[in-house]
Amino acid sequence: MILRAEGLRKLYGEVCALDGVSLAIDAGEFVSIIGPNGAGKSTLINVLTGVLRPTAGAVTFKDRDVSGLGPARLARLGIARSFQLVQIFPDLTVLETLQAAVVSRLGRGTRLFASLAADREVQEGAIDVAELFGLGEKRHVPAKQLPQGDKKLLDVASAFALRPELILLDEPTSGVSTADKTTIMESLVSASKRIGVRAIIQVEHDMDIVFAYSDRIIALHEGRVLADGPPAAIEADRRVVDTVVGRRARAG
Amino acid sequence: MSGRLVLAAALGAAVLAPLVAPTYQALLMLPFMAYAVALLGLNLLFGYTGLVSFGHALFLGIGAYTGAFLTSVFKVRSMEVILVAAAALGALVAAPVGALCVRYVKIYFGMLTLAFGMVFYTFVLKFYRLTGGDEGMPFLRPALLGRSLEGLSKIDYLVGPYYYYSLAVLVLATLVMWRIVRSPFGLCLKTIRDNPTKAETLGIGVARYRWYAFVISAVYAAVGGALLGPPTGNVDPTLAYWTQSGNIVFMTLLGGFASFFGPVLGAFVFIYLQDWVMSIVPFWRLIFGAILAVIVIFAPGGLAGLLTPRPAAAPRP
Repeated sequence: MILRAEGLRKLYGEVCALDGVSLAIDAGEFVSIIGPNGAGKSTLINVLTGVLRPTAGAVTFKDRDVSGLGPARLARLGIARSFQLVQIFPDLTVLETLQAAVVSRLGRGTRLFASLAADREVQEGAIDVAELFGLGEKRHVPAKQLPQGDKKLLDVASAFALRPELILLDEPTSGVSTADKTTIMESLVSASKRIGVRAIIQVEHDMDIVFAYSDRIIALHEGRVLADGPPAAIEADRRVVDTVVGRRARAG
Repeated sequence: MSGRLVLAAALGAAVLAPLVAPTYQALLMLPFMAYAVALLGLNLLFGYTGLVSFGHALFLGIGAYTGAFLTSVFKVRSMEVILVAAAALGALVAAPVGALCVRYVKIYFGMLTLAFGMVFYTFVLKFYRLTGGDEGMPFLRPALLGRSLEGLSKIDYLVGPYYYYSLAVLVLATLVMWRIVRSPFGLCLKTIRDNPTKAETLGIGVARYRWYAFVISAVYAAVGGALLGPPTGNVDPTLAYWTQSGNIVFMTLLGGFASFFGPVLGAFVFIYLQDWVMSIVPFWRLIFGAILAVIVIFAPGGLAGLLTPRPAAAPRP
């Protein structure tokens, strides 16, 4: 077991975004979290990655209680994430963005007088990830000048540059073209194998992507776990079909 | 002309200035060099970390008063000791002040730094017996590299040994800061300037790095403040007043905070332009206000942005 969440609750005033969510993620799994808008998917990712503190419940990562730890500490422990709305460093180039992640992973951020340009481990680590995600040619392009698909790819690639054990992707293909969706998914699956990511959790609305890549699917509805199982079982679950999957099941 | 040639030419001109320029013009280089050191530090916070301090006169004042106390109260005349003590005291004060301020961003950070600056200003103004109040304290002529130089007239001392001493401190401070902004640490600061949320998820502790930048910038400002003392021979509370903080932010904007040398250029232009405008009209602040408005609206990259073909990378306000 790499990650376990038990009884997670998150209240925004009187609105309950998560209502007792429990889940467990094993090493080697690719888990998708699905649900209609407002089901609590992004809140769950934000709680699991320390961006939000849960109102109640606990999160353990590799048997260590990490509830309430901030995103920076979780990243250093081996949990990385990407965002639903693309998050980049607009004025940094692709390479600088990836270097920042590698510097952080190697714990070299407080080196005041070391030359970044002369640090071969950082340079090579960043170039490796750029190549892995097909961004090698654009490594000197400022992030703000990249097309939307590449910005998304860079956001995901920077998370992978941390070489995390667990990665959480909040709608990794949202806002990009259908062609870019496949590129992003193929890149991240192949990068996971290469880098040695032990588990992936993604929130995704595109059911074709969800069913094509997932080992397991967790369906959320109104802040609760509606169903948790392999894709075939989820597709056959009437409650999930009615509330989340709908058209795909009927079309299938 | 490449950047290196421009730098070499600027350095050569600075070296030759006391020999070829009128004494008065050479004397104006002294506050320029002192402010330039302070601005290198301020820009680590402003241009590289995205935090605008409106209270850095606090640290200029700490540096200047450290020199005044050491020379006139403790009879310590070594400039090297003064600079080290100013840097240490700047860091000591910046540590708790920064720890509080960096928890906030944008206008809240700016106002907090302004508040701390005003606390220090009021302290040096009102604790008359300790600080001399509005009359200030004498900053006695410091010895340079163990040489007392008491035999020189004040002008000969200032445009001679002290001038080159200040230039050497500026060059050293520039080389150190150049190294810092090109280090892994400098890259982490830039990620925080661009997107603190993303930086945090990459494992970069935003508050911690902002604090480091704050302390380093305070050390630079304190060293700059200590260099400001000897030319006037007196340190008074106006050095710690909020208009000083405003002036150094102005210099940074004038030169361009997105460029490493922009603030240094800004300090140079500010000092000479101020002197020139003041010699022509009494309402120099009006002219400078108009210049600031023009820069913010039409040239947000400052003078360095106008001189550099590539668009300047700027932290969003």
